[in-house]
Amino acid sequence: MQMFFVLSRLAWRYLWRNHRRTIVMLSAIAVGTWAMIFMTALTRGMVDQMIVDGISVIPGHVQIHDPEYLDDPSVNNRVAFSDTELATRFGDAGFTAWAARVRVPAVVTSERESRGITLLGIDPAAEKSFSFVDYDNVDGRFLEGPNDKGIVLGAKLADTLETRVGKRVVLMSQDPDNEIADRGFRVVGLFHAEMETTEESYAFVGKHTAQNMLRIGDTVSEVVFLGEDYRDVEPVYSKVVGLVDDSVRVSRWTEVDTYLGTMMGMMDGFMLIWVIVIFLALSFGLVNTLVMAVFERIREIGLMLALGMKPSSILGQILIESMMLLAVGLAIGDLLAWATIKPLESGIDISVVAKGMEMFGAASVLYPNLDIDDVILSNVVVMILGFLASLSPAWRASRYEPVEAITKV
Amino acid sequence: MSAVRCIDLCKTYRQGDVDIKALDHLSVDIEKGEFVCLMSPSGGGKTTLLNAIGGLDIPDSGEVWIAGERIDQMSKGELADLRLANIGFVFQAYNLIPVLTAQENVEFVMQVQGVRAAERREKSFAILEEVGLKGLETRRPAEMSGGQQQRVAVARAIVSRPELVLADEPTANLDSKTSTELMELFTELNENHNTTFVIATHDQRVQAYAKRLVRMLDGRIVDDIEQHAA
Repeated sequence: MQMFFVLSRLAWRYLWRNHRRTIVMLSAIAVGTWAMIFMTALTRGMVDQMIVDGISVIPGHVQIHDPEYLDDPSVNNRVAFSDTELATRFGDAGFTAWAARVRVPAVVTSERESRGITLLGIDPAAEKSFSFVDYDNVDGRFLEGPNDKGIVLGAKLADTLETRVGKRVVLMSQDPDNEIADRGFRVVGLFHAEMETTEESYAFVGKHTAQNMLRIGDTVSEVVFLGEDYRDVEPVYSKVVGLVDDSVRVSRWTEVDTYLGTMMGMMDGFMLIWVIVIFLALSFGLVNTLVMAVFERIREIGLMLALGMKPSSILGQILIESMMLLAVGLAIGDLLAWATIKPLESGIDISVVAKGMEMFGAASVLYPNLDIDDVILSNVVVMILGFLASLSPAWRASRYEPVEAITKV
Repeated sequence: MSAVRCIDLCKTYRQGDVDIKALDHLSVDIEKGEFVCLMSPSGGGKTTLLNAIGGLDIPDSGEVWIAGERIDQMSKGELADLRLANIGFVFQAYNLIPVLTAQENVEFVMQVQGVRAAERREKSFAILEEVGLKGLETRRPAEMSGGQQQRVAVARAIVSRPELVLADEPTANLDSKTSTELMELFTELNENHNTTFVIATHDQRVQAYAKRLVRMLDGRIVDDIEQHAA
């Protein structure tokens, strides 16, 4: 312990022997750390939002379907639970939210255009917790109940169809006997979403209205459930599994939307790579600083060896010096990141590039997410890699022959 | 038991295409408590001999024994332990650690030895007073004169009372008054604490303090005489 104190004091004093070099290196580490954390927070925020939005629109946290539905999402593959049975099974089970919906592919036709869409037959009250649609921010009105006879389209889809609130469109799909099931609807509302693709892809009608049109009685395509946190859906999953039998399949959102699930895993990998790439750039400066620091005190290292300090202690001294440099740089970088991310947590408008962002499902406002795990990850990775990068100059310093080192000019 | 025993030491350096014999089958015994002065013209081998005795340099052949232990076959770590426990060094060019104060430089060896803080502090203050540096404890080397720095180096070498002190041209950068004070300090330590001193020097004034003069030439001992010290 005493030796550690001796080495630490030497390391700290040597660190500040050349103030300018140390400050330059500290600045580089701090800016690098800030860049790592800031970019990670932006990316994390974007992915989180994509996942939350994505889950809200489609999967919830856990779903139940007919076992064949995920392979063939047609009207033939339905959950044969009546409204009463659904309420009995799930009504008092303590879920954050749950909803049963009809969800089938359909074609919507105006007098000018036709488009393929996903038709959602919903109970607006139950669906509110899942929906990306702000019911109060709809041109016209949103659905008022499961028996509502109107249709709500996305604003972009309405543009494409060249229709508007008050006009009529025709929905066409198939019933379980593969017969055409169609019906005319009056457009009662146009919803807005963060992404235009969402506005183009979905149309909402009342659940019972959809069931009548498709002639499926009171069955539904899926029942969706929300828990507390999309990262930990196991409690909800277990609860749902306990409430159903083998006639249905219970799926986590990562199984239903593999794209989002994969993205969440990819995000962690991406952040590690990002941290390592930044560190590699930093490591050149770090190693150079240490090499210079060792080179300019070869005589003193020789002296310490001559006085009886072991080579391992010289190695330790250089490593401690490196760790101190990194720790101070990381601390400054962490503070800098916190100070710049916190004020931006209310959102950064990136609408200028939002069209490009939509191609991979991101919204036009980014909400940076300063996740403590990401900060820890970047700090730990930098410390570990910094330690490894410092080994070479430290090892060289410890290998000097005292008599040669002490006579170096 | 000899404090230092060198048997048939050889050490050759290569300078360009020329081999220089720094030690040429040199043997010498130094008893505990002796005050030995190594003298030679430049390149005569005295510094090489000091380095071999201190375990700073390994001879090409021959044996070096310190306090009954053969050191020329020891590992770097074992040599470091030996130097730490038994040998005090005083170098020509002061060789202080520039980022430490005078007191911290003196404490350095004791810290590495694991001596408690209170004891270190007490000893370092006492030794700095003994070498005439009271009041300069908190100065860094850059803030002291050459003579003051050399006295700090001497204080560091003797503070933990090593059995053997090796000094290479300790007075080379000192004025005559400081040189005399330093040699009187060495003599006092030699007489009062039975510390063995081996000093390599050109300085006639230093030679006057030695009880034994060893003259070297081209890596060999050419004269080895006892004398009455000043």
